[in-house]
Amino acid sequence: MPAVRGDGMRGLAVFISDIRNCKSKEAEIKRINKELANIRSKFKGDKTLDGYQKKKYVCKLLFIFLLGHDIDFGHMEAVNLLSSNKYSEKQIGYLFISVLVNTNSELIKLIIQSIKNDLASRNPIHVNLALQCIANIGSREMAEAFGNEIPKLLVSGDTMDVVKQSAALCLLRLFRTSQEIIPGGEWTSRIIHLLNDQHMGVVTAATSLIDALVKKNPEEYKSCVSLAVSRLSRIVTASYTDLQDYTYYFVPAPWLSVKLLRLLQNYTPPAEDPGVRGRLNECLETILNKAQEPPKSKKVQHSNAKNAVLFEAISLIIHNDSEANLLVRACNQLGQFLSNRETNLRYLALESMCHLATSEFSHEAVKKHQEVVILSMKMEKDVSVRQQAVDLLYAMCDKSNAEEIVQEMLNYLETADYSIREEMVLKVAILAEKYATDYTWYVDVILNLIRIAGDYVSEEVWYRVIQIVINRDEVQGYAAKTVFEALQAPACHENMVKVGGYILGEFGNLIAGDQRSSPAVQFQLLHSKYHLCSPMTRALLLSTYIKFVNLFPEIRTQVQEVFKQHSNLRSADAELQQRASEYLQLSIIASSDVLATVLEEMPAFPERESSILAVLKKKKPGRVPENEIKENKSPTPVTNHTNEVNNISSSSADLLGLSTPPTSQPNSGNTGVLLDVLGDIYSSKPLNNNTNASSNKNWFVDPKKFVCKNNGVLFENDLIQIGVKSEFRQNLGRLGLFYGNKTSTPLTNFVPTLLWPEDNAAKLNMQMKSVEPVLEAGAQIQQMINAECIDDYTDAPSIVVSFVCNKVPHKINIKLPLTINKFFEPTEMNGDSFFARWKNLGNTNQQRSQKIFKAIAPMDLQAARAKIMGFGMALLDGIDPNPDNFVCAGIIHMRSQQVGCLLRLEPNKNAQMYRLTVRSSKETVSVELCDLLADQF
Amino acid sequence: MQFMLLFSRQGKLRLQKWYVAHPDKVKKKITRELITTILARKPKMCSFLEWKELKIVYKRYASLYFCCAIEQCDNELLTLEIIHRYVELLDKYFGSVCELDIIFNFEKAYFILDELLLGGEVQETSKKNVLKAIAAQDLLQEDEAVEGALRDIGLL
Repeated sequence: MPAVRGDGMRGLAVFISDIRNCKSKEAEIKRINKELANIRSKFKGDKTLDGYQKKKYVCKLLFIFLLGHDIDFGHMEAVNLLSSNKYSEKQIGYLFISVLVNTNSELIKLIIQSIKNDLASRNPIHVNLALQCIANIGSREMAEAFGNEIPKLLVSGDTMDVVKQSAALCLLRLFRTSQEIIPGGEWTSRIIHLLNDQHMGVVTAATSLIDALVKKNPEEYKSCVSLAVSRLSRIVTASYTDLQDYTYYFVPAPWLSVKLLRLLQNYTPPAEDPGVRGRLNECLETILNKAQEPPKSKKVQHSNAKNAVLFEAISLIIHNDSEANLLVRACNQLGQFLSNRETNLRYLALESMCHLATSEFSHEAVKKHQEVVILSMKMEKDVSVRQQAVDLLYAMCDKSNAEEIVQEMLNYLETADYSIREEMVLKVAILAEKYATDYTWYVDVILNLIRIAGDYVSEEVWYRVIQIVINRDEVQGYAAKTVFEALQAPACHENMVKVGGYILGEFGNLIAGDQRSSPAVQFQLLHSKYHLCSPMTRALLLSTYIKFVNLFPEIRTQVQEVFKQHSNLRSADAELQQRASEYLQLSIIASSDVLATVLEEMPAFPERESSILAVLKKKKPGRVPENEIKENKSPTPVTNHTNEVNNISSSSADLLGLSTPPTSQPNSGNTGVLLDVLGDIYSSKPLNNNTNASSNKNWFVDPKKFVCKNNGVLFENDLIQIGVKSEFRQNLGRLGLFYGNKTSTPLTNFVPTLLWPEDNAAKLNMQMKSVEPVLEAGAQIQQMINAECIDDYTDAPSIVVSFVCNKVPHKINIKLPLTINKFFEPTEMNGDSFFARWKNLGNTNQQRSQKIFKAIAPMDLQAARAKIMGFGMALLDGIDPNPDNFVCAGIIHMRSQQVGCLLRLEPNKNAQMYRLTVRSSKETVSVELCDLLADQF
Repeated sequence: MQFMLLFSRQGKLRLQKWYVAHPDKVKKKITRELITTILARKPKMCSFLEWKELKIVYKRYASLYFCCAIEQCDNELLTLEIIHRYVELLDKYFGSVCELDIIFNFEKAYFILDELLLGGEVQETSKKNVLKAIAAQDLLQEDEAVEGALRDIGLL
């Protein structure tokens, strides 16, 4: 047993020894249970237990907890220790509480009282114990209890430095739990001036607090910038002996330096004060210069601390993004690190360079290191470093180096770690599309991806290649030829079969002239894979076959044979069976004219942003991958390469165009046979009648958003913005739709059409004024819609806006904010009449509807309140016995009738659930209101 | 910093300090996952790894691993040095510290950590100042012990 310091607790040491001597897990548990029983009985029975013993037992409990066992008693005894007049007992009490007590414990009131007493103590060591406890637990109740006290401690001239340090961080913790506790006004400048404090420890602690405050209120704390720069300047110019114990392995105050550099990253470079800006740049230059000096010590601590400051300085340089000179120097410095022998430095240099690559000043400088980075991707021993190299290659990729980088990534993919393959596939797919000048290259890259890493190629990737091939005539023949060749490999990935099947079905005719790829050969080649494929792929191939019937009448009988096969016509899979039998009949009955119409080539897909990017972003939460060069923040633009780089990013935006999987195509006439091939048939999600709205979440404004509001932007993409303003009175409504053309070319054939089935139109009658068919560049037009509610209805009407931009047709489907709740008239009533009606309406089940659902975001009752008010009913305050509940009343006006409705929304904060109940004189109305509102909170 | 864990080469947790509240279950899960991940890494590998939305910084000292979870914007290299400073403090206090010291005096290890880091932020980086604070605590304890002993034998 090692020596025990302080006033050792012998019993505790013996117990720990016992546990360590246990030969098995069982023996350990037995020993622990024995001890727990002993402690329990002591706590229960022995009234004469003195402070020392209590302390010892509480300590044992703590130890048992730290071993991973649950502790469900002893809390009270620990709280008792807090009020002990012996420091050592108090300290153990606080330790137990900070490790084991939850913020919502019932004991919190007692704890707060003890903390209060200790805060008032004249002994700074006791005050600090109390502060540390608050900083450890930091609950909302504590914020309320101490929100006044602690700021005073922090800025008072009488407070000792050690207490100030704890007070600063204690306040930070409380601020994180309740933002409102920080007093404003004169306090602001007093807190900021802590940056000038003589005691380095106080400044170090206070800087963290100020950083958090600045994030909430940058304007108010703006004057901290010049103080922080001055402080930083004093540190970086200090010799390592100046700061005594705050020098760490010959580096002056690295922690404070890093905190100050972080603090400054909350602001843009201080342009209005050239003096401050100049001093800051001097500091940053000094830090860069020091990096070039020979090390003052061989210890890794020295280089770590020095480089920590350097990396933080580089982060600030990147954040400011205004000094070309500093950015290039930073890049060169990082370039040196790329071949450092410390793995940690190589890792950080790659990571930091990723950010430099997105600055237009340093993008070119980063590209100089391409070869080293490619080597890192291939040669590093540690996968996390290789991953950083891949990220950097992705970030530094542009038109000039795309072919090389993509090729290197493809080469590496063959041997890459499984953990990073999927992400690499996405990255390659994005880069290939973004920087393709020649789409044959793009097709080659994607087919290579499928060949090399087929399992990691997600749907988004292969949908995308099909969309692009269909939209670009010039590449279709090449694509057909290439997939045909790829399919000849004896073992090819199922994704290849999908892409091959789809493309040959559309464009197989373009290569049919060559005997080696005659119709019969194409068909046999595809069909040789058929039996190895999943039902979904088979369904796709069946559609390809029927397309062949149209393209190549000469192989019709062969195709029909396949449809007729037992395994298809009587397939256990309903979808295959249906396709086989319907396609067979189609091929028998239809004339060639009909076939040609029904099986016509796919129309072009609307140009949209690639959904692959969204997938990549989702894979990397917390760190959005970037391959986009930011515009600089400097008032003075630099020379020539600015233009070039900007051109790259703007022209690439076009190529990124296009996105949605083909499922989301609106059914355009009878050419849609193939549309569902890639569809949702094998996913569990049922298709709703509005396929468009359900699948385009990326760029669609959620129609639910307008349930509780009448005005706003309904839809927006790169081409067009559609806004809405609406007003309602009784059963009448008027909507103004505003279409804005965001491009520099006119949108032609511009036609919005209403989508509202006839049976619904009898319930909600609408009239839409027509608009001019041309929407000029940059112009906005307005369209009025009048609506009359006749009877109750569900859902809401949509419009399809179709237009042509740059010869490419587009179609946008949008839900209108015309849900039934828009026709509400709020009704005020008192509690008695509300509950009388509530009871009345509750008598029959038909009239009420209820939903219980989980909050979609952390519960925010203020926000919920705002939504409820927007829903259209009168919000009746002070009626429900539980103040958190919302109760509302209103009447829906229709031409045929009026329906009175009552609503109650009960939040359960603990479970983060809501219960929503709607009662009305009509069941369909109750259900619809419930459905509309349920997803809102 | 979100949390700090100390564990042995055998995967036994020796100290845990959480600066962000989680239910016990979640803590146990995080701890288990991280210990497995880190123990599986080879000695020459990088000391940093991305884990969920956090960055993990770890370093091994003799039989003990010190592991910190920091946020995306925190400084990795300096976190390594926080670990080192903590080890130095333990070493100075216990006199060439070993795993057993931390097992038998876990409460001291906590007290020292609280002086160095508070609420997940660096509070005091001066070795001298931290040790002074701990010495003052020990002095109070010893006074109390002496006082208790004197009272026991009837001298007070």
